[in-house]
This record gives sequence, structure tokens and C-alpha cells, in this order.
Amino acid sequence: MSILNTKDILETIHMLTDQSLDVRTVTMGISLLDCISPDPGRACENIYRKITTRAARLVEVVEEISAEYGIPIVNKRISVTPVAMLLGAAPGADPVNYARTLDAAAKAVGVNFIGGFGALVHKGFGPGDERLLQAIPEALAVTDVVCSSVNVGSTKSGINMDAVARMGRIVRATAEGTAGNQCMGAAKLVTFCNAPEDNPFMAGAFHGPGEPDCELHVGVSGPGAVRAALASLPKDAPLDAVAELVKRTAFKITRLGQLVADLASERLGVPAGIIDLSLAPTPAVGDSVANILEEMGLESCGCCGTTAALALLNDAVKKGGVMASNHVGGLSGAFIPVSEDDGMICAAQRGSLTLEKLEAMTAVCSVGIDMVVLPGDTPAEVISGLIADEAAIGMVNGKTTAVRVIPAIGRGAGEVLDFGGLLGHAPIMPISRYSPAVFVGRGGRIPAPMQALKN
Amino acid sequence: MKAVITVIGRDTVGVIARVSGVCSEMNINIEDVTQSIMQQMFCMIMLVDLSRCSVPQEEMRRRLAEVGQEMRMQVNVTRQEVFDAMHHI
Repeated sequence: MSILNTKDILETIHMLTDQSLDVRTVTMGISLLDCISPDPGRACENIYRKITTRAARLVEVVEEISAEYGIPIVNKRISVTPVAMLLGAAPGADPVNYARTLDAAAKAVGVNFIGGFGALVHKGFGPGDERLLQAIPEALAVTDVVCSSVNVGSTKSGINMDAVARMGRIVRATAEGTAGNQCMGAAKLVTFCNAPEDNPFMAGAFHGPGEPDCELHVGVSGPGAVRAALASLPKDAPLDAVAELVKRTAFKITRLGQLVADLASERLGVPAGIIDLSLAPTPAVGDSVANILEEMGLESCGCCGTTAALALLNDAVKKGGVMASNHVGGLSGAFIPVSEDDGMICAAQRGSLTLEKLEAMTAVCSVGIDMVVLPGDTPAEVISGLIADEAAIGMVNGKTTAVRVIPAIGRGAGEVLDFGGLLGHAPIMPISRYSPAVFVGRGGRIPAPMQALKN
Repeated sequence: MKAVITVIGRDTVGVIARVSGVCSEMNINIEDVTQSIMQQMFCMIMLVDLSRCSVPQEEMRRRLAEVGQEMRMQVNVTRQEVFDAMHHI
């Protein structure tokens, strides 16, 4: 091989075959702002037509690229304008019909999730927002592939505690509405602080109002490849060397994502949006962020040292990825979803990973408390308290945080919820039973912190 | 339209002959071949030109995968752009 190095070729082949390296998602962001109509029937027709037109060839083209280039591309998805923004013009509309329309359009074009049944309420409720929030439990119960997210806080605006109080009740109601199906609805509902408007990953993807009409985002992955690279490093190598190796590996992974973004953008005639530089784990053995932390030298994820190791990993992934891509966005960093990460599941089962440690980790990871299964009798105000804590970490640190917890209705500690597929399975994790009800019940808004005053 | 065919597994007689035979049947030109033993595994790497390939992508991949199965070796076909993107700045 004159141009290509044998070692490089074999490294790539091992990454793609044994180390689960893939492009996790190609997500088409579609604006629905031109679908707004005071007539709900007309609005739904517009939505269906726009999605099925814009995304008509998405799945076909992405699968074609995957086969032609030999790159596994796992998911094809769609994100849309937060639906609450369409509801304001239609006071009599039932938001659930909009969710059904999204579900039908997504199925028609063959994507596996569509995100955007949501609202941005970080400073207060606009027209349509409250109706949307109220409709979330039913919408997630009667649809299959619709995902919902609500932004309740931001560094600039503070935390809308009225929304936080409601979201605790909505998360519970959503789990109750899908209790017969592993409480699956709650796995498709995210409560954000500082939500990015161009996130390609579910369940929190939506197409923000500042985005263009239509664009393509790519979310990369590859925890297995990072872990395998670190396994080759001697156990006494200093952490500078660990960071350097993570950076180099993240660079390679991200370049693969950028290649797919360029090809898909050209073939679909849709501008490339962002690359999300994330390490997104799967339940497959070895494709785990927890295993990377353990490879660095922790006995079990969640032990003392975990937050520091995660901070190093999160930073190195960004530094490696940023040079490999044209535009960085989305969540970008290391995800720590419990049920979707084999190493996290094992750590939670053996008791080394607790909810409190996870909360600390969210100060330095890319998102937040993700895919955590709570006891079925967890009160709504406790969930609201957890959401408020996470939102506060995001608000003060100027980062995205989120809560996606699943109260396992009718089940208690020691039992397991199994969602199947990429969502995985997880043991029920204990949560503090002391009540924040009075604090949460006060409502109002936690003022924006000093960090907001940057001008 | 260049691609890299990699064949990885326990060494056996006639690997190059088998793979290059199938390539020839599909009008795939072989531009370079290298082989080595890495971590007790036999690795053969072929740089090929697919631009005059006489069969569709899926069939080309299927036929090479079948050869791999017969030899009990792992055969992958990956476009050169993938390696360029990952290993060249």
C-alpha cells in the first residue's frame, strides 16, 4: 500500500467490526413553521406533507451510503420544530392529533424516531405551551416513534419552577399511561435545561426556531473503539497520555461522521448542519462509556475518581472531534445513560453506581440523568426536585443538562425494566424519599445566575 | 472509485487466488496487495478499483462475503475515502 498504511487500515477494520464503531444517527431537521394554520386539520395535513416530502429519500440514501462505503449507520431520524409553536395559532386544536400526524409521517418515510413534540418554556408559558405539556402523556401512549422534550431552564433565563413542578407530574403520568409496555412513554420524554436546538440524538432532538428550513445532522459514536484504544495503553501511562489517545481516537471517529454528513448532504441536496461529537453507548458488551472509565483504572464505574475520569474523557472527546468536523453542535460529549450502557447497568447492579454519583457526573458529562429507572411509587414532587437539581447544574455551569427517568409503575427496588433494542434494560435505582414538596410547590422562577450577565 | 478489501483470519492455502479470482469475474482491477501476520492472525489487504465493476454493489459485497465464509475468514470491503478521512489530515 503506497498511500495507505497497513496498520491504519486494520485499525479501522477492527473499529468497524469488533469495536462497534458506527455512525449512530443521521437526523434530518425540518422546520414546521410554514405548516402553522388556525385549522388543526389543515395544519396536520401540512405537517404530513412537508415531512414526507423533505424526508422522502432520507432512509434510502443513508442506507445506500452505508452499503457503498462499508460504514454502519444505525439510525435514521427526524427532528421538527417544537409542536407547541404551532399550537398557539390553533386554540381549539388537540395536540394529540399533531403527535399522531408526526407518528404517521415518520412511519411513512421509515425513520425509527421523530423528535419535537415539545415546548420551550424556560422563561414562561407561551400560547400553546400549556396545552402541549398536558397532552404529553396521552401523545406518548398513543404513538410509537414520537419523542418529546421540554426545556424548563437556561443560563440566561433561570429555571421555570412552575414548569418543573408540572414535569414531575407529567413524567409520572406518562409512565402510568404506558405501564403495560415497560413504562416506555417516559423513556421518550426529556426535560432539559439549556437544550441545544440542533441535537440529533433522541429522545431530546428538536429543530429549534433559529435553524434553517431543512438540514442534516450527524451523531457519531464509538465508546467501544475508545475503550479498545485505551486497553493498549500501559496501566502506568500518565493521564496526559490517556487524554491524548482519546483525542486521537475521537478525531478518527468524528472524521467518519463528517464524511457521512458530506455525502448525505450532497446526495439529498440538503445543507449539512452539525456533527454531534458524542460517545453514545449501546447495551452491546464493550460499547460502553462506563467501561472506558474502568479502562482508565477505576475498579467499577461510580467509585471515587469517576467524575474526574469522566471530565477528562468528555473534554478529550471534544478536543479530538472539533478539528475533525466543520460545525460542531448538539450535545457533544460523553453520554451516561444507565439502561443503554452495559457497563453502567453492571455498575448499578453491583451497587457502585448510585443516583447521587450520577448527579455529580452530570456536572462534567454531556447531558444529565439519563435512562434511570426509579421505584414505581416515587412521588411526582421528588421527580420535580430531581429535575430542579439537574437544571440548576446546567444553569450555573452554562451546559446542557437533562432528566430522562422512568418510574417503574407497580415495581420496586431490585426489579428490572427491559425496553429492548438500543434503550436496553436497567435495575430500579433507589432515590431519596425525603420530600421537596414545599420547595417545588412554591412555583415561580429561579432567577438567572450571575453567569448570565456576560454582555 | 477505489476500495480496500481486507481478509482477516487463520491462514489457509489459496487466499489470494480465491479473492482475486472473484474480483476478476466481477471485473474489479487489483492495484496493490499486501499481507502480514498480526497478533497471530493472517491479514491480506487489497487496494482495488471498483469503477468498472460489472455487478451491482450488493452482489459484489455478497460474493466476497461468500468467499470469506467458505474460507472461514472475515472479508470487508470499505471505500478508500473512509481511510483517507480517518487517517489523513
